[in-house]
Amino acid sequence: MDVDTAERAKADAVGPQVHIINLRHRGRSVVAIVALLLVVALGYSLLANPNINWAAIGYYFTEESILRGALMTIQLTVLAMLVGLVLGLIFAIMRMSENPVLNGIANAYIWFFRGTPQLVQLIFWFNLAFLFPRIGIGSYTVDTNTVMTPFVAALIGLSLNEGAYMAEIVRAGILGVDPGQRQAATAMGMTPTQIMLRITLPQAMRLIIPPTGNQAIAMLKVTSLVSVISARELLTSAQIIYAKNFLIIELLIVASFWYLIITTVATVGQHYLEKWFNPESGRNGRGRSAKRSRLTQISRGLKKSTAPTGKA
Amino acid sequence: MNVPTWMVEAQGVRKNYGDLEVLKGIDLQIPPGSVTCLLGPSGSGKSTFLRCINHLEKIDGGRLTVDGQWMGYRLLGNKAYELTPRQQAHQRADIGMVFQQFNLFPHLTVLENVALAPRIVHKIAREASEIRARELLARVGLHDKTGSYPRQLSGGQQQRAAIARALACKPKLMLFDEPTSALDPELVGEVLDVMRDLASGGMTMIVVTHEMTFAREVADTIVFMEDGRVVETGPPDQIFGSAHSERTRRFLTRVL
Repeated sequence: MDVDTAERAKADAVGPQVHIINLRHRGRSVVAIVALLLVVALGYSLLANPNINWAAIGYYFTEESILRGALMTIQLTVLAMLVGLVLGLIFAIMRMSENPVLNGIANAYIWFFRGTPQLVQLIFWFNLAFLFPRIGIGSYTVDTNTVMTPFVAALIGLSLNEGAYMAEIVRAGILGVDPGQRQAATAMGMTPTQIMLRITLPQAMRLIIPPTGNQAIAMLKVTSLVSVISARELLTSAQIIYAKNFLIIELLIVASFWYLIITTVATVGQHYLEKWFNPESGRNGRGRSAKRSRLTQISRGLKKSTAPTGKA
Repeated sequence: MNVPTWMVEAQGVRKNYGDLEVLKGIDLQIPPGSVTCLLGPSGSGKSTFLRCINHLEKIDGGRLTVDGQWMGYRLLGNKAYELTPRQQAHQRADIGMVFQQFNLFPHLTVLENVALAPRIVHKIAREASEIRARELLARVGLHDKTGSYPRQLSGGQQQRAAIARALACKPKLMLFDEPTSALDPELVGEVLDVMRDLASGGMTMIVVTHEMTFAREVADTIVFMEDGRVVETGPPDQIFGSAHSERTRRFLTRVL
């Protein structure tokens, strides 16, 4: 007691002049230096490696078939993601439907396409002709092999598989919206379709975008699987070249560079998409809506404008 | 066709959640232009009954009409046919509702929140709906918050915006489900002021509340509910002064 009071008195006495010395994390600095040295060593062993032909990497980086391969990779990724997103929306809504048949179909779809390997699905679509030599409606049929080009087979295989994953992501997003939102909209007399499109989905998008970004980046790399059905995407193009000149590591590095570049661009895109669907992210978010309300105010000739995004 | 004398008429309304019977036969008549406060302990079925009125909850027995219309059903001969979701939506369109948790749409500005239903439910032009939304927001004291998003407002401001949103469709009936229960004590007054103002303007209001002072001052009729039944109905003076029922008296002495 006495000691405490004495201590406190001393502390009070010197109080205002005390300087605070933050703890120095010496261990942290040591670990950082060691880690940095390891990274530099690794980098040096690669860059200075006489077995890597850097000139070849520079040459093939912009070689025509590589560029065409990169383009096909982007096309496959974007198209498969778009189709997958639409399928995901449809199957997510079916899965939440009270109609037992629709519900069952959606469950079966998700079960099947998530449960079988992507590779098997790709090979299956490419070889569809063994099952249906000709496809079409009624008397109008075409040879399956003329339709089922490697690109089409790849697109179908990737989209259907993606749709199954997207269905679960979309469903989680919709379930993540507070049920009070749907109730309020219902009480206002909105129809179920209006509620889904105007209230639920816009809010679900905020939950759907981050995992969808993940899926898109995964898809970018999964497209390399289509080399088994000889669609000439990025990795296949690289393989075709190194099969001839044996610059295996060099061409893998070229392909990896391109995958990294595309992934980086996609990540930046995702960042802006997230901002767009997050109304409170400031001036850049929901620019459309902010601009619109600003325009309506100007058109009414209101002198005092109310800041559309609130806080300065 | 007989002209309805009651804005809301309930006869033997029953509602079950599985085996649990939450409404055990509610009889109630609410005249147009009146303010009715539903009081009672939690779990007494007040909120459930309120949600049955605009058919957010489907009733399991009895009949419930608003402005002479069966909610959720169309009567043909001696059969009641359930309405489609679109028809139900149409029935709800001129009944306003205010929720305990406000339930403003977070992805829309306050102005868009208020102007949305008039535009997409009542097909009023954007310009006209926004002009009306501004008027309503001014009326609840939020003229300077039109461009804000709900999360940027205080609880009291959010609830006032929610009231403006419910008023935007020119409702013939307003339902309030514990509108001040989620608010900090110092913000309750501003919301009650708006409701008082609305009541004096002649709006038909049904309010589930725990604000006894408000109920006593504003209500024309107090309905005391307990255990899924209406225990007692009467003017505030009678209920607060000399309730007939022992249970009502016990509840009121506990909360006052």
